[in-house]
Amino acid sequence: MMSKRLGKQLLAGPFLLWMVAFTIIPLILMGIKGFTTADGAFTLENILAMGSEMNIQALILSLQLSLMSTVICLLLAYPLAMILRKMGDSNSVIVFLFVLPMWMNFLLRTIAWQSLLEKEGVINGILTALHLPTIDIINTPAAIVLGMVYNFLPFMILPLYNCLAKIDDNVVNAAHDLGANWLQTFVRVILPLSVPGIISGVTMVFVPALTTFVISDILGGSKILLIGNIIEQQFTVSYDWNTGAGLSIVLMIFVLLSMALINIFDKDGEGTVL
Amino acid sequence: MSAPLIDLVGITKQFDDTLVLDDLNLSIQENEFMTLLGPSGCGKTTTLRIIGGFTQADKGQLFFEGKEISGVPPHKRQLNTVFQKYALFSHLNIEENIAFGLKIKKKSRQYIKDKIDYALKLVNLDGYGKRMPDQLSGGQQQRIAIARAIVNEPKVLLLDEPLGALDLKLRQDMQYELIRLKNELGITFIYVTHDQEEALTMSDKIVVMNQGYIQQMGTPEQIYNEPENAFVADFIGDSNIIDGTMIQDLVVEICGVRLPCIDTGFGRNKPVDVVIRPEDVELTLPTPDGLNGVVSHLIFKGVHYEMEVEAGGFTWLVHSTSLSPVGSKVGISVRPENIQIMNKPASEDEEAIANDE
Repeated sequence: MMSKRLGKQLLAGPFLLWMVAFTIIPLILMGIKGFTTADGAFTLENILAMGSEMNIQALILSLQLSLMSTVICLLLAYPLAMILRKMGDSNSVIVFLFVLPMWMNFLLRTIAWQSLLEKEGVINGILTALHLPTIDIINTPAAIVLGMVYNFLPFMILPLYNCLAKIDDNVVNAAHDLGANWLQTFVRVILPLSVPGIISGVTMVFVPALTTFVISDILGGSKILLIGNIIEQQFTVSYDWNTGAGLSIVLMIFVLLSMALINIFDKDGEGTVL
Repeated sequence: MSAPLIDLVGITKQFDDTLVLDDLNLSIQENEFMTLLGPSGCGKTTTLRIIGGFTQADKGQLFFEGKEISGVPPHKRQLNTVFQKYALFSHLNIEENIAFGLKIKKKSRQYIKDKIDYALKLVNLDGYGKRMPDQLSGGQQQRIAIARAIVNEPKVLLLDEPLGALDLKLRQDMQYELIRLKNELGITFIYVTHDQEEALTMSDKIVVMNQGYIQQMGTPEQIYNEPENAFVADFIGDSNIIDGTMIQDLVVEICGVRLPCIDTGFGRNKPVDVVIRPEDVELTLPTPDGLNGVVSHLIFKGVHYEMEVEAGGFTWLVHSTSLSPVGSKVGISVRPENIQIMNKPASEDEEAIANDE
């Protein structure tokens, strides 16, 4: 008996080792860096650095853009997930098509958008040829939102679809049977039953969107600074690891707070990612 | 007979290349407990779904109180359904589940509260209103599903294998419960099941279906005692179905032995199917010119012994309260009134229908 239990516990060993080496130790190191000066003395300055005007602005912009992308993803993904649910087994090709971009490198996809959106880029080339007004959104927040939506949409579709597909057809039929029309059935039955999927999807889009620096770098032309860019620059440009770590800690707290806020809506805890 | 409450006329339904219902005609009277009985794929659930409005028939008409309702969506029909596996709303508590239909119809708060209390009492689940569906057992959830349907005061309650997911004891209890409910409510029940015992216990009228055709329609007694063809005989309970020859009126030959029977009008020397229920086979001492055989299997079933007897080239299934050990030589006798004679299927097509499960 003992050895059997021991054996099972040993199976968790590799994962535990991984967690300690690559999650827990780095977190502790970051914590130490964040609360010390370059000389190793204790300080709160790195944390308070978030209060500077530039950093606050970046954080607010990050929150705005990631919130906007999350909402757009949700509005795009929900109808699609409903259609996929209706299609039943014959939907695998479409699911495949939506997941397909995820097989390509994230950077490549974002750079591709850059060349599509550029002033003399592919899209404007076609528009000019058709004598239509060109669109000029590269290096604007709109381009960043577009990049976020494009990159993170599959992460919204999959959990939503999984959740909606689990709803028994007869539960929907029962609502109709009890006199509910299509809209009433959606509002009173389908939407509440899909809350766990919405929460998973929102979490999986919002968190990476809030912390990204690659998309804003490439599509924002380093003119628009998100909080992710500022932290990245602390590490790669200023070589000020202490301030970078301090800002990261604050951002992490923001992520945790948002998750706590979202999870209030999730009574069953089914959609919990954290 | 008064005008039927529901009338199905020439209903035909095809899924992909499979004909599920072929020109089905069926009338359902008010205040009737009618059961659609048959093996899976016989079209019974499709029939129910067409009545409920969840499936559209390709051809044919559906009348409710004389008015055609084929194109009316489910939420506008005066009937409610109890679904397989309950289909409760898992995000709502029991009260909210029961109140669902009433809230849609914008009934007053007091009316809804009274209805919930009434329905919970009716299904013996008083005091369960604040629980969530997943805190209830299968049988309790099923009763809530029934309560949720009946608070809307439907004229017809459609039940789609509602007891299928329950264990045997609970199923038997629920059968009595359903009969009581039907008597108290005085509404029409249309019940779908593949369980012949369930059908015999509860129904006023049974419709035996196979391959999209109605095989036989009648009271439980008629269906059990006078099956019209081999499929019905085989599907309803155990039976011995033996090839025989109708020698003349009142005399049938099976296994090389002539037996007196009570059937007439089959003609002379005509091949027929003979159905004898296992409980109607009487084992005697071997007789010189009777049908004699040897017991080959014996199982104790509680209420009776189940035996197999090899006699006249046929394996007879016999239910008896007295024991004949394996290997013992026995005679077989059947009372004339317990011999049920049926015409062989006229065409190969009919035979295919009758034989296919």
